[in-house]
Amino acid sequence: MHEDQPPGWAVETRGLVKTYGKVEAVRGIDLTVRPGEVFGFLGPNGAGKSTTISILCTLIEPTGGQALVGGIDVVRDPGSVRARIGLVFQDTTLDDQLTARENLEFHAFLYDVPRSERRRRIDRVLEMVELGERAGSLVRTFSGGMKRRLEIARGILHSPYVLFLDEPTLGLDPQTRNRIWEYLHDLRRREGITIFMTTHYMDEAELCDRIAIIDHGRIVALGSPGELKGMVGGDVVTLRTRDDRGAAEEIGRRFGLEPLLDSGGLRLEVEDGASFVPRLLRELSVSVDTVTLSRPSLDDVFLKLTGHAIRDEEVGARDRMRAMAGRWRGARGRG
Amino acid sequence: MEGSAEAIAIRLGRTAVDTRRASILAVYVIWKRDVIRYWRDRVRLVGALAQPLLFLVILGTGLASALRGAGGLGGLDYQQFMYPGIIGMAVLFTSVFSAMSIVWDREFGFLREVLVAPIDRSAVAIGKALGGATQATVQGLVLLVLAPLVGVRLTPLAVLELIGLIFCLSFALTSVGVAVAARMESMMGFQFVVNFMVQPAFFLSGAMFPLTGLPGWMAVLTRLDPLAYGVDPIRRVALGAGGLPGPLLDRLSLTIAGEPVAIWVEVVVLVAFGLAALSAAIWSFRRRA
Repeated sequence: MHEDQPPGWAVETRGLVKTYGKVEAVRGIDLTVRPGEVFGFLGPNGAGKSTTISILCTLIEPTGGQALVGGIDVVRDPGSVRARIGLVFQDTTLDDQLTARENLEFHAFLYDVPRSERRRRIDRVLEMVELGERAGSLVRTFSGGMKRRLEIARGILHSPYVLFLDEPTLGLDPQTRNRIWEYLHDLRRREGITIFMTTHYMDEAELCDRIAIIDHGRIVALGSPGELKGMVGGDVVTLRTRDDRGAAEEIGRRFGLEPLLDSGGLRLEVEDGASFVPRLLRELSVSVDTVTLSRPSLDDVFLKLTGHAIRDEEVGARDRMRAMAGRWRGARGRG
Repeated sequence: MEGSAEAIAIRLGRTAVDTRRASILAVYVIWKRDVIRYWRDRVRLVGALAQPLLFLVILGTGLASALRGAGGLGGLDYQQFMYPGIIGMAVLFTSVFSAMSIVWDREFGFLREVLVAPIDRSAVAIGKALGGATQATVQGLVLLVLAPLVGVRLTPLAVLELIGLIFCLSFALTSVGVAVAARMESMMGFQFVVNFMVQPAFFLSGAMFPLTGLPGWMAVLTRLDPLAYGVDPIRRVALGAGGLPGPLLDRLSLTIAGEPVAIWVEVVVLVAFGLAALSAAIWSFRRRA
């Protein structure tokens, strides 16, 4: 039986590269995901997240490097990889003219879930995402959140080894997002499944066991949220003053710090924020309007590592477009 | 956590999924999905009677009157002549339309669910071809209820033969549709296909007029139209059962080099055509990501 032992890594890539013509979407990615962990792939749109996940799911072939899922090479044996992974895409891939149960039955046949287990397994995943009572309803009557839950249920129906989710909470309201996260953690606990997900929501990345931050096709940091936040070094103090520029100059001179000046005000990284702030207020000659003291967030990590904020406004616009497209298609589907 | 580690070991221990078995199941479930959706869309089933009725009652009556003045079809009523052609028309449109649902599925994303499954891609083409063929067959058979309306009497044996013929025709046409849809990226192409494939196929099939005494170029085109090899045997069986004399039927039949083509030959042509198109469809599905 020892050949059936779980391999060292649930997912492993070595020097993964994908180029489209002259565009390098993925530029040498090395990462390892432990069995049973929730692994987050964090980065702005266009950073190479989706490309990497598509390679891992055998949807596209890498230009160079190697990728293993459950110890199986995605290029050499895509069929075996496919049988062992579950997928939840950004856009819905449900048949909305079928009921929830029919969608799951369809999936069970495609993945050859044994007949004796089919019904029990379908009931179980439906109950897990709290759709048991809507099993017989047509999917076109479902809300966006319900559809996403059903897709997660479908993704785990065939007991995959790794569940890949590409932006699973994109375009959902905060409450629904929280529910989805409860399901994912529940799933990991009950099924021992490895979860590999992409996101550009910083607050969601905090919920992962480990995160890889990717920017321009490269991994710039990899670790637990706590470890990554440790890279910022201490606390973050944000100031708004009468004269930010003058204050920056004075803080640099007096405290030997290098404040970052942006539209949000002045940002400082200090060892011990609680004792620094009173000293700052006492000694600074420029009058201060507001002071905020915070523990570093992943936003701060991202900013520090890449020199730019994860482009939230842009993402917001794309979300809205996506949601509109979804509504339009939904309406046409009914027509 | 030990429990989950064990679960992982068991799952990984599962030998590679039997692709052949999963693919056969996939053919079944892809077919079943088409049938469920078709059954749920019963409006379409009833609505599909409307167009043929329009053709039969209005166009049929009008042309029958005109032809009677011009000497007619050797004693055969034009509506009766046209009736099998209308069945062919219904089969043609249903086949193509159901195959085009592949393009629809691609746009809505559902096709991805199938393409990422651990199955052979041939299952997608075969399942779709059988699903569409089933719909088109039912649609064609529904039109048999109109037989008394145009004075065609069907025997039980004729009905059985018609079921087989209509299925062969449905399979051939759906396979062509699937082969085209497998390569199509958007619904934009659909109108193109309708204009440049479906309509010519219908006009050249002998559905509306006998394929005898045509100019050479057109005679050649009609003999290349797969629908012609479906409409002709359906007509011979449907009208022959009603007691139409053989010689008269032969004169209205599909001929090659002056000889009427035997029904079994026509069936072979249809099946061969369908299999060739299906192979092309399988090839397309296997090639694309």
